[in-house]
Amino acid sequence: MTRKFTKDHEWVEQDGDGSTIGITAHAAEQLGDVVFVELPEIGAVFSQGDDMAVVESVKAASDVYAPIDGEVVAVNNDIVDEPAKVNDDADGAAWFVKLKPTDASQIDALMDEAAYKEFTQE
Amino acid sequence: MTDTLKRTPLYDLHVALGGKMVPFAGYEMPVQYAQGVLKEHQHTRTKAGLFDVSHMGQCFLNSKTVEHGSDGAHEMIAAALEKLVPGEIQKLKPGRMRYSLLLSEKGGVLDDFMITRPPMANADGRLFLVVNAARKDHDYAYLQAQLGDEVELQILEGFGLLALQGPMAAQVLADHAPEVATMAFMSARPIKLAGIDVFVSRCGYTGEDGFEISCHGKDAEAIAKLLLDHEDVEPIGLGARDSLRLEAGLCLYGHDMDESTSPVEANLKFALGKRRREEGGFLGAERIMKEYHDNPSRLRVGIAPSGRAPAREGVEIQTVEGTVIGKITSGGFGPTHNGPVAMGYVDFEHSHTGTDVNLIVRGKPQAAKIVDMPIVPQNYYRG
Repeated sequence: MTRKFTKDHEWVEQDGDGSTIGITAHAAEQLGDVVFVELPEIGAVFSQGDDMAVVESVKAASDVYAPIDGEVVAVNNDIVDEPAKVNDDADGAAWFVKLKPTDASQIDALMDEAAYKEFTQE
Repeated sequence: MTDTLKRTPLYDLHVALGGKMVPFAGYEMPVQYAQGVLKEHQHTRTKAGLFDVSHMGQCFLNSKTVEHGSDGAHEMIAAALEKLVPGEIQKLKPGRMRYSLLLSEKGGVLDDFMITRPPMANADGRLFLVVNAARKDHDYAYLQAQLGDEVELQILEGFGLLALQGPMAAQVLADHAPEVATMAFMSARPIKLAGIDVFVSRCGYTGEDGFEISCHGKDAEAIAKLLLDHEDVEPIGLGARDSLRLEAGLCLYGHDMDESTSPVEANLKFALGKRRREEGGFLGAERIMKEYHDNPSRLRVGIAPSGRAPAREGVEIQTVEGTVIGKITSGGFGPTHNGPVAMGYVDFEHSHTGTDVNLIVRGKPQAAKIVDMPIVPQNYYRG
């Protein structure tokens, strides 16, 4: 299961016919203490680059963008109830949304882990 | 950024403590340390936090016409400053301080600041001012221009200013200077900390009990380290300073007040001294007193969003019917309130406590209520 990354600090992981999406630990650290998360409705349809969710820290509000085209098939309400989970486990339990991709090849075109690492060190 | 950022005398210490440095009011300042804003906020509310506020402007106004320490020296300098502020300065007792507002001719607020009458008899004729970092160049020029030749402006360049804030602050400072334990709120005096001469005020901008310690720049790091040695003291950055003052209902100049805002609109009627209201004689008195008696057209109010979404500066405030009635000027998450908190200006007729309003966050109306400030009760020392 390979994980791919965007320049907006989202990660995407294909599993079965859904793609799990979250923000990276690097992004969570930059945001600081997360205090609010807003997630889309199940069934909502997004194009790559659309505002899909909102994450707010004590410092600022940030948009989470759809890394690929797709339809929302699940959302993680745990992080709505307990936004601090995003700081604790951004790469794992604090995923945001599962999308059913329209075009799975969009995922292939995203950065791999090494490229993302290099990107964040620029 | 064209100008080089300035550094306070504690810059090296901030870096050594893991402070995340950001530009603020022309200075490189720590927005947070390793703990993060939430924990720093909570630490200040429950124990004691140490803040570097050396970027703020410290200056004296000195009478040039009446010899310091002689009869009438305080009255002279106080009367001179009273032309520019609406507070009672002449009757300020030795060793007492007051929050006040620097006024424009139109009755707008040019800055908010602290004015202290030193306790030492030989310092009568001098007033100690602490002004906002972003406003100090403006204030110094304005004070000098308005006060003229009879007043000397003495700027304390390169001085340190540390704020120790929180319920444990008095105990921590009293370990080094027992006399601070019973200092009245809004009083000031010189003390020694580990042999170093400092000037300490019992005040702050977090809503908690606490002190501000003015010292020579060369002594700032030694004093900071002395206080940080205490197990209940942690360094606190600008992020938590902002959430603390927001919960405490305190204005941030340039956001919650600017040159267009009058003291009455800013809901700071308490800063208008009784004698001053009756006598006038300060810049903008006509506008300010009209608003005082007839109510202003808009008013700064506390706002509590009903949901979890923070409403930040610039968010539009509407009636539940959808009419625009104002704007949020400061807002975010209040860690002690454990929810979003905000303040802003609304048309006077919609400013009553308990009024239901909508905040337009990302294009969607979010329910909120006008509430009394402070949203988190202040915890000042009352003896």
